Amino acid sequence: MAALLPTASGTPAAATEIPVEPPAGMRRRRWIPYALLAPGLLWLGVFFVFPVFQLAMASLWDPSGSIETGYTFAWSFSNYADAWEMFHVQFLRSLWYALITTVICVALGYPLAYAIAIKGGRWKNLMLVGVIAPFFTSYLVRTYSWKAILSDSGPVVDFLKWLHILPPDGRLLATEFAVIAGLVYNFLPFMVLPLYASLDKLDVRLLEAARDLYHGPVRSFFRVTLPLSMPGVLAGTLLTFIPAAGDYVNAQLLGGPNTQMIGSVIQSRFLVVNDYPIASALSVMLMLTILVLVMIYVRVFGTEEVV
Amino acid sequence: MTDQDLCIENVTKTFGGFAAVDDLTLTIPDGSFFALLGASGCGKTTTLRMVAGLEEPTAGRIMLGGLDITRMRPYKRPVNTVFQSYALFPHMNVADNVAFGLRRKGENRADTRRKVAEMLDLVQLGQYGTRRPAQLSGGQQQRVALARALVNQPEVLLLDEPLGALDLKLRRQMQIELKRIQTEVGITFVHVTHDQEEAMTMADTVAVMQAGRIEQLGAPAEMYEFPASAFVANFLGQSNLIKAEVTGQADGHVTVDAHGNRLAVPSARCRVTSGAALLGVRPEKLHLADDLDAVPSGHAAVRGVITDASFTGVSTQYLVRAPWGSELTVFVPNSGIANPALPGAEVAVHWSPAHSFLVGS
Repeated sequence: MAALLPTASGTPAAATEIPVEPPAGMRRRRWIPYALLAPGLLWLGVFFVFPVFQLAMASLWDPSGSIETGYTFAWSFSNYADAWEMFHVQFLRSLWYALITTVICVALGYPLAYAIAIKGGRWKNLMLVGVIAPFFTSYLVRTYSWKAILSDSGPVVDFLKWLHILPPDGRLLATEFAVIAGLVYNFLPFMVLPLYASLDKLDVRLLEAARDLYHGPVRSFFRVTLPLSMPGVLAGTLLTFIPAAGDYVNAQLLGGPNTQMIGSVIQSRFLVVNDYPIASALSVMLMLTILVLVMIYVRVFGTEEVV
Repeated sequence: MTDQDLCIENVTKTFGGFAAVDDLTLTIPDGSFFALLGASGCGKTTTLRMVAGLEEPTAGRIMLGGLDITRMRPYKRPVNTVFQSYALFPHMNVADNVAFGLRRKGENRADTRRKVAEMLDLVQLGQYGTRRPAQLSGGQQQRVALARALVNQPEVLLLDEPLGALDLKLRRQMQIELKRIQTEVGITFVHVTHDQEEAMTMADTVAVMQAGRIEQLGAPAEMYEFPASAFVANFLGQSNLIKAEVTGQADGHVTVDAHGNRLAVPSARCRVTSGAALLGVRPEKLHLADDLDAVPSGHAAVRGVITDASFTGVSTQYLVRAPWGSELTVFVPNSGIANPALPGAEVAVHWSPAHSFLVGS
């Protein structure tokens, strides 16, 4: 085909293959990228890599030690087996709650992000401020207010009893419903914002092209809008699932003994029971599990670009 | 008129009180290459989008082969569009982009694959099926957009400034290419452009639009030689327009007085026959003579002084200031004879009255 269209199959490589010797001034500034990286790397090294290493070490301490007597490092892999034995219910429950939370957040967040990005018009910024407005108040305070809203004598329970959805002795607090509702509420913005970023970039002319090519609104959505917003879905689900799986505030404040999540177990092992080896083993297990799940997830649903 | 003509009948489209398209009536014959030509904001793209179904007319109706498609959803119309931005789906490769419409139409896999391959060959992109749009040049993307629309064999193909983003050389190539493809497939092409040369090169029929209305419609040569208005005379190529007053009519000619010069225009080339008018002559139909004595008999002539001469290769373009102050543009073809005329020289500008036209002012 090249005969007719020289520009289409020309030789653009020629321009880039000229060996370029950077001028002396340029070479001298090669340290600049490293200088820019240094503060962040230092911070991560001191406050992330070192603590994680410390945690991994602690998970292998001899469990017979205590805070008073001190711990000794002993390659005690049995800590992991013990931790699993004692807390696998809370562990699996956390992953399950995080999954439900993520699914509900997608279901609620996608239409919201779509409405803001595509139909928002001049209200776009105001609506976005509305999405992030909860961040102006502390996470704990907001969760406490959920406790008040869902309390046994609160308006929501009264209303549901009046509708006979809840039995006369029914309650919301200390149920799965309350914990998941709290998680959804707290993590919804983390779903909406990346979805919005991705949908806002969507060229609406592509939707016109899809309509022009015999695709009605529903088919256009599944063949054009959704695939092109997958980076946002991916980022949003990760930003929701990961912190939700490790969350302990919602289970602690809104849940009961039967809705305990692994986060609160770890918190109480560290700070109440002072059982460092088991607490550390649980932390490492949670981290590795999430890491593996995320890797599988990104491998299956991932696109080349994220957001 | 055959069954498959596209008829736009008294169509108006207003956007918040502003009439983008104003009571437009137009018949586009089946199988023709039709160009809607106009400056930006003249309503040509809005007209196209109404035919595509992407805008709904405020009033009037659009008929395609006897079928009223005015309110038909865009995805139900036998019409496809090549968008100005190409609007290729970035998450699909070239072949999937081209197959997008066919798959929805329920074509079986083998047929789809064959048609896509044929279409990519037609636009000379046979080897590019597995590439992503982002890996193609502008011209190649343009041809994918064309293939994606054409492969559905629409009754009408709409092209919205499809060559606007290409450089001049590629645009010329694609103009010829598009024309070849249109002849080959025989589908009605409606081509929107602001480039008069492009419209004239490609289309059988050109409609010049201004302020939501059609100023003139016809074959390019016909419109160029005898424009209907001063707007068309200036928009389609260049024109020298001289203010004149009609003084009378005699044996097939209208006589005018232009700044004291008595000039005649054949009646058949007059859009107006009384009152104030503009006498027009195309620059390439003006000739230069050393003085009035050298003007061939039967030619109209005015005196002037050359103020500028620029050599452009195929011709020399002269600006000649007429006694009444305005400048006339004269193209003298470069036929190899030395042209001694230099700025400052006094000359006579002359033309055959058969080449002049008279339009309303």
